[in-house]
Amino acid sequence: MRLLVGLSALILLDSIGVPVCAQPATEQLSICLSCHGENGTSQAEHVPSLGAQKSDYVVAQLLMFREKQRIAPPMNDMAANLSDDDLQSLAEAISKLPAPETSAPIEAKAAEEARALIARYRCGSCHGADLAGQGQIPRVAGQREDYLTAALEGYKSNARPGYEPAMNEVSRDIKDEHIPVLARYLAQYRSEQSTAGQVPKP
Amino acid sequence: MLHVPEGFKVEVFASGLPDARSMRLGDKGTLFVGSRVRDKVYAVVPGPNGNVVKVIASGLHRPNGLAFHDGALYVAELSKIWRYDNIEANLDSPPKPVLVYEDLPTDEPHGWKFIAIGPDNKLYVPVGAPGNIVMPSSRHAQIRRMDLDGKNVELVATGVRNSVGFDWNPVTKDFYFSNNGRDWMSEDLPNDTLHVVKAGTTTAPNFGYPYCHQGNFTDPEFGWGHSCDEFAKPAGLMGPHVATLGMRFYTGDMFPSSYKNAIFLARHGSWDRTKKLGGDVVVVKLKDDGTIASYEPFLTGFLQNNAYVGRPVDVQPMPDGSLLVSDDWNGAIWRITYKEP
Repeated sequence: MRLLVGLSALILLDSIGVPVCAQPATEQLSICLSCHGENGTSQAEHVPSLGAQKSDYVVAQLLMFREKQRIAPPMNDMAANLSDDDLQSLAEAISKLPAPETSAPIEAKAAEEARALIARYRCGSCHGADLAGQGQIPRVAGQREDYLTAALEGYKSNARPGYEPAMNEVSRDIKDEHIPVLARYLAQYRSEQSTAGQVPKP
Repeated sequence: MLHVPEGFKVEVFASGLPDARSMRLGDKGTLFVGSRVRDKVYAVVPGPNGNVVKVIASGLHRPNGLAFHDGALYVAELSKIWRYDNIEANLDSPPKPVLVYEDLPTDEPHGWKFIAIGPDNKLYVPVGAPGNIVMPSSRHAQIRRMDLDGKNVELVATGVRNSVGFDWNPVTKDFYFSNNGRDWMSEDLPNDTLHVVKAGTTTAPNFGYPYCHQGNFTDPEFGWGHSCDEFAKPAGLMGPHVATLGMRFYTGDMFPSSYKNAIFLARHGSWDRTKKLGGDVVVVKLKDDGTIASYEPFLTGFLQNNAYVGRPVDVQPMPDGSLLVSDDWNGAIWRITYKEP
């Protein structure tokens, strides 16, 4: 065997760019947060919280909005003039926002049912045992309940094709009546306070 | 660091093709490259300072599959197949495509396609199972073939969970295809598989999904009431969850003679195993009767410390005998050559 080519420098981003937006990153971020909520917690119906979201996931979503691979008004217009560098710097800034404030804790029985479903559907296998996401897999802990419900329903019906279609495959097996149970639990679940065994590892 | 056997060399052939997936070579030397999570089809053409990448189509939904025939590029989206006529003369202003075929399910899971045109001048189109382990409809978990205008559709194989690569044995003309096995049964089972449909077969063999996996054990849920003896056996077991994707027979003259008519097969790499496996290109050497003689690593090194630094998707032998490998992780095409040491 011979060692041949070093790969480390070969991380290639799409260079098919559009003109760089004139606003500095902090101004761009404040535009995002005017809908998505100050400090990363959204107060608006069906608008996801962005706090502590994984930067790779945010880049992929913004790219899909910009390239119209994911149609979700008004995000396609909002992303239309962002450069590759803008996507990267916004994603970095968003990932550094504090994790979203969670909803009120739910009763023990509902939480137990949800934890069993999370084990059954192996959510933690990709989203992490603490459901805080990793790489391009998003944080789902503490996300808004209405957004999670819509996202799962969209994946299941194929109305929302993922960047990777993994969620389209996984959500096919999720029973309709389990979607609200999962969404309600995840909305109040705080990764940062998790203790070993709180979320069963698949 | 990438590794190839003694005497082989690997270098970058082209970069700047985000999500580079299936490859096809045009008659005039254009390399076409599809994508899966992006919406584009690329063309790689030689330029004065190395290869140049052009986007020849955008706004497509998972345009993973490509075929080339009589000057036309066939592009398979998730549920539509298009034909771009006389494409190599029009790379800078591609013609409006002609719709060839759209009688396909629209499921996202396993919906992206590999396509090819066989020695019988038929277009081969797989339809994956619409989930990990589900009872497929009569329209899923199969490989179809049809005339090049999309007519006279017939089944080539059934009980196929998800094939994303196939080619024909240049000697026997038998049809070989790779298949991705089910998830979540065991970290180590079932294997992804390589299958053969003999030339001249008139009734599509059933390879067992969802009842039987890798030809020798029944599914814990769907398998009860069945025996694997009811189904056609795989030709080879290629590793658990390794994601066997693109494959081609090698008929070139550059590589040593032991590679003649062997199969190069891209293993994209596992996603759900604790200890990742695959992320390489293997070479499958065959006996005269077309059964597998050996199966060995060829291009490795993309998997480092249980993390990928590259993921091979498809292979494309070139007229000079070199071999191209697409890599959707880096958005790059690698070129492998051989010189006697």
